Amino acid sequence: MINVHDILETIRMIQDECLDIRTITMGISLLDCIDSDIDKACDKVYDKITRCAQNLVRVGEDIEKEYGIPIINKRLSVTPIAIVSAACNASPVKFALTMEKAAKTCGVNLIGGYSALVQKGFSAGDERLIESIPEALASTSCVCSSVNVGSTKTGINLDACKIMGRIVKKSAELTVDNQCFGAAKLVVFCNAVEDNPFMAGAFHGVGEPDCIINVGVSGPGVVRSVLRKYPDADITGISDVIKKTSYKITRVGQLVGVTASERLGVPFGIVDLSLAPTPAVGDSVAHILEEIGLERCGACGTTAALALLNDAVKKGGVMACSRIGGLSGAFIPVSEDAGMIEAAECGALSIEKLEAMTAVCSVGLDMICIPGDTTDDVISAIIADEAAIGMVNGKTTAVRVIPAIGMKEGDVLDWGGLFGKGPVMRVNTYSPAKFISRGGQIPAPLHSLKN
Amino acid sequence: MRAVVTVIGKDTVGILTKVSGICTEYNANVIEVTQSVLQDMFAMIMLVDISKLNKDFTELVTRMTGLGEELGLQIHTMHEEIFESMHRI
Repeated sequence: MINVHDILETIRMIQDECLDIRTITMGISLLDCIDSDIDKACDKVYDKITRCAQNLVRVGEDIEKEYGIPIINKRLSVTPIAIVSAACNASPVKFALTMEKAAKTCGVNLIGGYSALVQKGFSAGDERLIESIPEALASTSCVCSSVNVGSTKTGINLDACKIMGRIVKKSAELTVDNQCFGAAKLVVFCNAVEDNPFMAGAFHGVGEPDCIINVGVSGPGVVRSVLRKYPDADITGISDVIKKTSYKITRVGQLVGVTASERLGVPFGIVDLSLAPTPAVGDSVAHILEEIGLERCGACGTTAALALLNDAVKKGGVMACSRIGGLSGAFIPVSEDAGMIEAAECGALSIEKLEAMTAVCSVGLDMICIPGDTTDDVISAIIADEAAIGMVNGKTTAVRVIPAIGMKEGDVLDWGGLFGKGPVMRVNTYSPAKFISRGGQIPAPLHSLKN
Repeated sequence: MRAVVTVIGKDTVGILTKVSGICTEYNANVIEVTQSVLQDMFAMIMLVDISKLNKDFTELVTRMTGLGEELGLQIHTMHEEIFESMHRI
């Protein structure tokens, strides 16, 4: 029989330490829905999504019950709509409305893929889609959007950075009555991955199969609780403890993914080895860093501690599952992490420090509220900076900042639920306007030439 | 196929009877029971065979959780695979 200690440990992780499967995300290709008639295309999109995902939520709930592990989100990602809508000579907002309708029919809480990949330039549907993002996000509640503006292989499309500064701001402006929520569903990437199960940046890459199941695990609370038992361990010891814990967490992700894939008759894609926090007490990445020995997240030493955490999570998770993908690393979204919120509120954590942290963990400047009067150029430059970190380090980086329209530093945007709440943080306001207005392409770095 | 039922909470009369009663009702064969009472805290782990259930396993889970709420105990009913995958290489 499985031993009593193991059984109780699993139950404690789930019950007291917020262990959960953050998301089961079904990726669906819409390439076979392309049609020059937008209404026909939308009908095909609706039919395909609802056909593929009709059982997703029910199967997710069954697995949740049988294994006793909460599966917080059941989500969908689709082929970037810029590709699907390229043949239609009309505003792609209709696709967003169709995605929303399909998502509601399937009962999922978010659907990603209102996206464009423009790291090297704009093709037919790209500009039209990008310009429509603010309206699409304002007229839907569960559609998420992302734009990839750079990669290690191609360099950074500075024209796209410039446009995205304006689009992020406009997305916030159009949803000012709803806490500027539009901008919280929009991510600007460098080195975007094609099998990411996490929102708002999930989309279904063109190299992916027709339909696939990806799983994102979580468990910052578990890691923190385990660390608390080793107050005197040296840092190598801390790394080992995190590895072991990550292994256990990831095994559950693998089990859930394989089971879901069998029951849905859809191939299993990847497990995303991520420590994804929630605003719930005891589910914070910042608190892990503080447990390692920082007075507050954001203190000097934060980057080093985060680098160790990120690496140990991957090393532990690698052996626990058959295929790894997505973003895989620790997330540091400010508004979705109770410890980050506290650190930002008390002034320990600044955007500059967060930027440094993004060089050593997954994703980037995530869920950060900035003053509503931040100029488009400054937002574009924040995007360009983050993209440069991603490009040079060969990793994914992203920017999801929310301009808090009409608010200033110290005010708070509050969405509740998984999106949490975020204090408006100070932004360096010296102008990067001339740099951004130059436009063009930042060439790929030398180390992209690997062939 | 086996499941693990764990019962944790304040000791009262008849816990084992009630839990095993539900197992009988669903045709779940009890394979092994470990039980301890520390001070007045009751902890029981029961391994049950669920391959010949007469209803859906999720219904058994709901029923057990309901019993737990009724008695003021925590009752978890989980498929054994989750423990095996987490703690075995």
